[in-house]
Amino acid sequence: MIEYTDKIKEIAGKLFKEGKVEVFIGYKKGSVPMMNEPILIRDPDKVDLLYWDSNCGLNLCNYLTKRTDKIGIVATGCNSRNIVTHIIENQIRRDQVYIVGIPCTGMIDHRAVQRAVKQQEILDIKEDGDGFTVKGKDFEETFEKKDFLQANCAVCTHRNPVEYDEMAGSPVEELVEVEAYKDVKKLEGMASEKKWGFFTRAISHCIRCYACRNACPLCYCPTCFVDESQPQWVGKSIDPTDTMTFHILRAYHCAGRCTDCGACERACPVGIPVRQFTKKLNKDAQDLFSWEAGLTLDQRPPLDVYRPDDYNDFIR
Amino acid sequence: MKALEGLKDSYKISVPVKDGDFHGFGSLDGKKAPDFDYQNTRLSPKSLVYPQSERMFEYTLDENDPDANILKESAKDYSPHAIVGIRPCDAHGFQIANLNFDNPEYRDPWWVMHFESSVLVGLGCNEPCSTCFCTQVGGGPFSEKGLDILLYDLGDNFLARGLTDKGEEFLKKAGGGSQADESLLKDAGDLAASASEMISTGVSTDKLKDKVINELFDAPFWDDVAFGCINCGTCAYLCPTCWCFDIQDEVLGKEGDRIRNWDSCMFPLFTLHGSGHNPRDNKVQRVRQRFMHKLKYYVDKYGNGVQCSGCGRCVRYCPVNIDIRQVSELMNNF
Repeated sequence: MIEYTDKIKEIAGKLFKEGKVEVFIGYKKGSVPMMNEPILIRDPDKVDLLYWDSNCGLNLCNYLTKRTDKIGIVATGCNSRNIVTHIIENQIRRDQVYIVGIPCTGMIDHRAVQRAVKQQEILDIKEDGDGFTVKGKDFEETFEKKDFLQANCAVCTHRNPVEYDEMAGSPVEELVEVEAYKDVKKLEGMASEKKWGFFTRAISHCIRCYACRNACPLCYCPTCFVDESQPQWVGKSIDPTDTMTFHILRAYHCAGRCTDCGACERACPVGIPVRQFTKKLNKDAQDLFSWEAGLTLDQRPPLDVYRPDDYNDFIR
Repeated sequence: MKALEGLKDSYKISVPVKDGDFHGFGSLDGKKAPDFDYQNTRLSPKSLVYPQSERMFEYTLDENDPDANILKESAKDYSPHAIVGIRPCDAHGFQIANLNFDNPEYRDPWWVMHFESSVLVGLGCNEPCSTCFCTQVGGGPFSEKGLDILLYDLGDNFLARGLTDKGEEFLKKAGGGSQADESLLKDAGDLAASASEMISTGVSTDKLKDKVINELFDAPFWDDVAFGCINCGTCAYLCPTCWCFDIQDEVLGKEGDRIRNWDSCMFPLFTLHGSGHNPRDNKVQRVRQRFMHKLKYYVDKYGNGVQCSGCGRCVRYCPVNIDIRQVSELMNNF
């Protein structure tokens, strides 16, 4: 996806020149391999800092919340769906954002790459078409990206932006016949104790740093429930009960809103499979309401509407 | 390894263990085998001396109890604790944090007792990471600073150098070794020199002490430095030198605990006043605080260099790639 870099720079430059945006949000090349840094460009002369490759796995929509200026922003399929969600939830206005759509072929799972090179330190990564080469002190290996996609990207069926003002490239082919919920179905099939065991083990390394929550564009509450002190809902120690409460409630707050962008999982410093908490709810939203978050500006999300003619008995 | 087994009666022993994708410190008695083939642990060993959550006191609110509402110190374990395989940067980190917990003004009893009961058996870094910059902040891959013993991994042998009385005692109890000859000492020296040379990152901190605090505080670069920050606690919680904590009371029924938990200046709650006012209510202020503390306030207060041991954890694991090496350059050259 590195080839989008020049196009992004060109579009950003043009937008500044035409006065269509006051700032532009994208990525700049990171200081360590497989990491890039979100950047806000104010000065049109700095558009050359913009960069794109398959290591842009955060969610830039996170940086739009409550902004009041005119913003240009790059957006992949999932990021664009979060922008749609942000608009629906009144966190930003559609006419404020100029969305530069990225037809996305998925992000690289940096942990999987590390595993593939047996945790040796990677000093450089070069992306080339459908593959990439990583180099370390005593090794150099080339991999195909399709074998190292982030787990959410491997099952993504909305690679192309759903809402955009301009595309940075031709649309890519969408994945079809993806079995998106294989892992959830496996969990659903477990007995309660086994499920509990799975989630208990999943969070056993959690240090309550809140990187998962803060990487998520859905988490914009002025005060998160874990930070409330009057009353205090959740303890602040690393007692497993409190940690589990945080993860489960956080996931529930994302029900019917999560686009499975994977930023939470990517951000976690200790590799917790955070998406396992939200994915079941995504599946429920799909099974119960035929709903996938952020696909349209014209429909309210299922959990924020009430209709007297709702087909579910329990709510009538 | 055999030597360690024999020390179990004299010390609690913590060692690096591989736990999934990364290493951490675990008990020698734990399920996971020690693994010294590692660059550094994901989390620093800070929690071994300064637990992320530590029960300070216990109390009862039961008015029928004659001790109602009286804080009683919780039981703690201060038996000798050997931290074996700690990297020199992390031992240096303890020295830096120790200045906060043990100084003429304050002595934090729990830190002091945990710290004093610890024996730090360091393992020099034969292969530092590309993100390491210990040599730029007063340490080195074979620095002896803050260690009781330094081990050199020479392939077939470990060379152990006792550095303090505590360290010598540990070595005496371990036994089994022999006096190193000249050639081994030379090998160790060569190893340390070549490891130092591998550290390629240049980080300037020399001019920080001469900067005017208010000018740095008002520097124009903070907005850009902070833009990507998501205000998580990864940097602070992985850091061997971040020492801030919060004290919480937790009550179940009539029984209560007073607990101290690590805290982070990245969190809005960190500075929220009881009045509702928050002096650092936006993220730029919070990010600035982190770097000003490490690279300016600490420098000015203790005259002891920066509050950073160059372990590189925040550089590698910051989810948005905010790099303290670059921030230090910006501040130093401002």
